[in-house]
Amino acid sequence: MVKGIIGRKLGMTQVFSDDGNVLPVTVIEAGPCIVVQKKTLDNDGYNVLQLGYSEKKVKRLNKPLKGHFKKHNATPCAYLKEFGVDNIEDYQEGDSITIDMFNAGDFVDVTGVSKGKGFAGVVKRWGFRGGPGGHGSMFHKSPGSIGASATPSRVFKGRKMPGRLGGKRVTVQNIQVVEVKPDKNIILLKGAVPGSQNGIITIKSSVKKRNN
Amino acid sequence: MNTIVDAIEKEHMKLDISDFRPGDTVKVYSKIIEGDKERIQVFEGIVIRKKESGSRASFTVRKISYGVGVEKLFPLHSPGIVRIETVRKGEVRRAKLYYLRQLRGKAFRIKEKKYSQ
Repeated sequence: MVKGIIGRKLGMTQVFSDDGNVLPVTVIEAGPCIVVQKKTLDNDGYNVLQLGYSEKKVKRLNKPLKGHFKKHNATPCAYLKEFGVDNIEDYQEGDSITIDMFNAGDFVDVTGVSKGKGFAGVVKRWGFRGGPGGHGSMFHKSPGSIGASATPSRVFKGRKMPGRLGGKRVTVQNIQVVEVKPDKNIILLKGAVPGSQNGIITIKSSVKKRNN
Repeated sequence: MNTIVDAIEKEHMKLDISDFRPGDTVKVYSKIIEGDKERIQVFEGIVIRKKESGSRASFTVRKISYGVGVEKLFPLHSPGIVRIETVRKGEVRRAKLYYLRQLRGKAFRIKEKKYSQ
């Protein structure tokens, strides 16, 4: 059983739950994905399904990808990702994977590329406290000391410093599924997921929480 | 906003809500759950603010209760609200009546709207 799918984040809103409470939700359009390639233990060294999402024009493909889709006789896709499966024999190349594998109440892990924040200081990037704002303090958002002097006379590796923040692959675990609409390929997840609107994300069955 | 997100919001909207505006005096009948019992509570006061925003629309009702000003913010489309009844139409010239918070007693009144037939 493959428990993963590729989707696109559409935006956030809020819905009312059955007991009348307001739930913040992220709306995600996920699938249908097609099985482009079946990688097997004998042939590739590991069991995995390569899923493709969102159609792409043939003339926009580069030659290696064109050959890849032609070899597996698949419609060209814009996004390809690999997902592990329990039993690879259940799937054939060209199979369609849809969102109905998830049910309301399940827990999922969502992976996406976080919003890029540019060059950020230590307060924003690492949560340093910074100094007082006023009263002549003159120390506001600087990193402060980055190490001792003559010993070790260098800065230790991994020192938290200013730099590029965001724009990285982020996974958020144990997000609850609020609602699934298989006919529209829409899934509603509780709370926020990484990335901007229209960003590509992958939804996988939760690693830590078991679904019933 | 995305059209699919709008469609999802529409599913959670009540489409039969009676029309009321800021300045109107309304009675809000809301469900209160205490343990396993359910009852209806009525909150009557002046609407001082209404926010229209899909299924996230909300409104604030203000009243003076035993000499203390009380405000309650209701989600307009919440299933917890059974009924909204307009008691009196008010004539006001603002959309947000936050100035009423500074007023007490005789000043905390709104002129009734007269209908031109």
